[in-house]
Amino acid sequence: MKLLNVSGSPHVHSDESTKKIMWRVNLALVPSLIVAVAFFGLNALLISIISVGCCILFQWLIEKFVMKVPSTICDGSAIVTGLLLAFNVPATQEMIWLVAIGALVAIGIGKMSFGGLGKNPFNPALVGRVFMLISFPVQMTTWPKTGSWFPMSIDTVTGATPLGLIKEQLSTGRSLTDIMSDPTLGLPSLCDIFLGHMGGSLGEVSAIAILIGAIYLLCKKIISWHIPVAFIGTAFVFSGILWLCNPDQFIDPLTTILTGGIMLGACFMATDMVTSPMAKSGQLIFGVGCGLLTIIIRNWGNYPEGVSFAILLMNSVTPLINRWCKPKRFAN
Amino acid sequence: MKTFAMGGVHPEENKISTTAAIEQFPLPKSAAILMTQHLGAPATPCVEKGDKVKVGQLIGKAETFMCANIHSPFSGTVAKIDTCKDAFGLTKPAIYINVEGDEWDESIDRTPDIKRECTLEPKEIVDKLKAMGIVGLGGATFPTHIKYSIAPDKKAEYLIINAVECEPYLTSDHRAMMEHAEEICIGVSILRKALGVPNAYIGIENNKPEPIAVMTKTAKEFEGIIVEPLKVKYPQGAEKQLINAITGRRVPSGKLPIDVGCVVSNVGTAFAVYEAIQKNKPLIENILTVTGKKLPSQHNYQVRVGTTYNDLIAHAINELPATTGKVISGGPMMGKAISNLDGPTTKGASSVLVIDEGEAERAKESNCIRCGKCMNACPMGLEPYLFSSLVKNRRIEEAGAANILDCIECGCCFFSCPANKPLLDEIRLGKNLYRGILMAKKK
Repeated sequence: MKLLNVSGSPHVHSDESTKKIMWRVNLALVPSLIVAVAFFGLNALLISIISVGCCILFQWLIEKFVMKVPSTICDGSAIVTGLLLAFNVPATQEMIWLVAIGALVAIGIGKMSFGGLGKNPFNPALVGRVFMLISFPVQMTTWPKTGSWFPMSIDTVTGATPLGLIKEQLSTGRSLTDIMSDPTLGLPSLCDIFLGHMGGSLGEVSAIAILIGAIYLLCKKIISWHIPVAFIGTAFVFSGILWLCNPDQFIDPLTTILTGGIMLGACFMATDMVTSPMAKSGQLIFGVGCGLLTIIIRNWGNYPEGVSFAILLMNSVTPLINRWCKPKRFAN
Repeated sequence: MKTFAMGGVHPEENKISTTAAIEQFPLPKSAAILMTQHLGAPATPCVEKGDKVKVGQLIGKAETFMCANIHSPFSGTVAKIDTCKDAFGLTKPAIYINVEGDEWDESIDRTPDIKRECTLEPKEIVDKLKAMGIVGLGGATFPTHIKYSIAPDKKAEYLIINAVECEPYLTSDHRAMMEHAEEICIGVSILRKALGVPNAYIGIENNKPEPIAVMTKTAKEFEGIIVEPLKVKYPQGAEKQLINAITGRRVPSGKLPIDVGCVVSNVGTAFAVYEAIQKNKPLIENILTVTGKKLPSQHNYQVRVGTTYNDLIAHAINELPATTGKVISGGPMMGKAISNLDGPTTKGASSVLVIDEGEAERAKESNCIRCGKCMNACPMGLEPYLFSSLVKNRRIEEAGAANILDCIECGCCFFSCPANKPLLDEIRLGKNLYRGILMAKKK
């Protein structure tokens, strides 16, 4: 009697795969990359290439020689980490090589030490970025000034981010209305902010490019609206309340959400599947937590920017949120 | 358009055999009739070796509560009463018959006339269903007479006829509705009478416009039959999901449809009921789809129960294509893979689906990336990823506390997993282990 092959049902599979998801995220990051190159020139491109290249290389080396497992670099997740890491650093000359250290920390400590993709509790790109921020505080807060379109080279030491500038001026005792109306500081207009014409990390400057990518991911159902909306909404409302209480001390909500890393963080880093909660209710809590922590760190912390810390802190409570927030059952 | 509340997926429909009209399948030379073709205990053989039997003659008697009568699908001589390996490799008691001619029992009405009037009382209808060995043809093969014997403390409010056929590839219900709409509607009326409910709802997915049109037109001639087109979403044909889609009610965990006032039967069952009540024909035949993307031709057959899968394949396509990966009884989402083609078909069989090597092969498993697709796809609102890791670590009681027994094994989680984790394999294991724990506790 000839026996046939058997297996449990289902006998067909959807065309979903980890690889497909990761490549779609990469595609969604392309608009921001284009804007970055448009504003910061060749530096931005070189930083991105080095960062992505190092992430792939380190993952391959670790899998081959340390973990001795089949390579998974084809799944595209190292490229996501590489791009996000590059998006989180200033587009200066030094960064072209420093970013390699960030890539080693992001891949080596942030991801592979836990067992690779899917097992890491923290967003690897943010682990890399925070490591660099603490280890190279000067280089990580020296921002190139954006002037012309597609510049071939940029003066290394120039402007600051709007957030850094405001924080610095506030500490000298000036009121915010005074700072905002001071033309010598060269603060960007709201229109510039929306397009991304301001100082900042490589990929975080253009809200519009980030939104294009985010909408693509939403359409492909790779992210859901819950985390970005909760994150940005909370940051908007919380900073709005503070601004209404004291407009001389606190930045208005629209500038708050459009400057710094809130857009990039909310759309691409807080939504990282691996490190965010799975149930919709949990995702809302996660987003609200990120929003609150960001505004708290920005206003009362040492750093002018708090998105990376906020997301990493919320990453650490994700397992707890998962335990607490269960999906709605069909029947109870 | 109505559909169920949560989860679900939309697999490629692949309904490639919808235009193949139902053909009568030729009689085999010999056959093995299994004594368990239903949910429950095996029937007791009531013929002996050497006996002559006619088509429709009782050969297996239901002697326990959860059991159904079995009738001979063939005329001929009983060769032996022995065990038989079924299509899935399980050994079951069976009656072997050497087929001689095709002589039917005289009580069976074989004329093509359609009989509409049914004068039987509800109790008589249920008794006759029991005598005729009718079981549910939706897959579970639950004895129909038990389903329609409503406990005195329960009340049926809705009769729901499952014509959803949400599984890809399957077309037997589609063809039955196209060719036997009137008989089906009479069967539904009889079941409605047996339950004493005002309305029967026939749920059909919207990807079957022709059957919807035919059934809607025919149903107009009958009182209290409503055809309900449903939005295409798998697993709409699952009992709890269909009840939810049509009535909005939800069957609680561990309860039966009747607890929310619903009785669900398959459209194939309704056809069998018509034949049993109006034509005195026991359940000895069913409609079976033989399909597959790589097959030279697609078929829908009316097949006598007990015909082997080998006979079906040999007649339909000569032999399996060389690149065959798996042969499935049922649809690709919930069907069972056949290991032994010498096994006989049973009352509940609905298709022979041949899947090619490429499609049958499971892609390599990778790490869970916690995307939550399994959770969003689960129509019961469960957490398949969690069950998978709990079961792997043998933390079965925790899986039980997370309602693992609510799983209806529809396969949406495994289907949608981008990491190709065999989630349902692990959940099935977990369910069985947890049932074992519960049983041990009872003792």
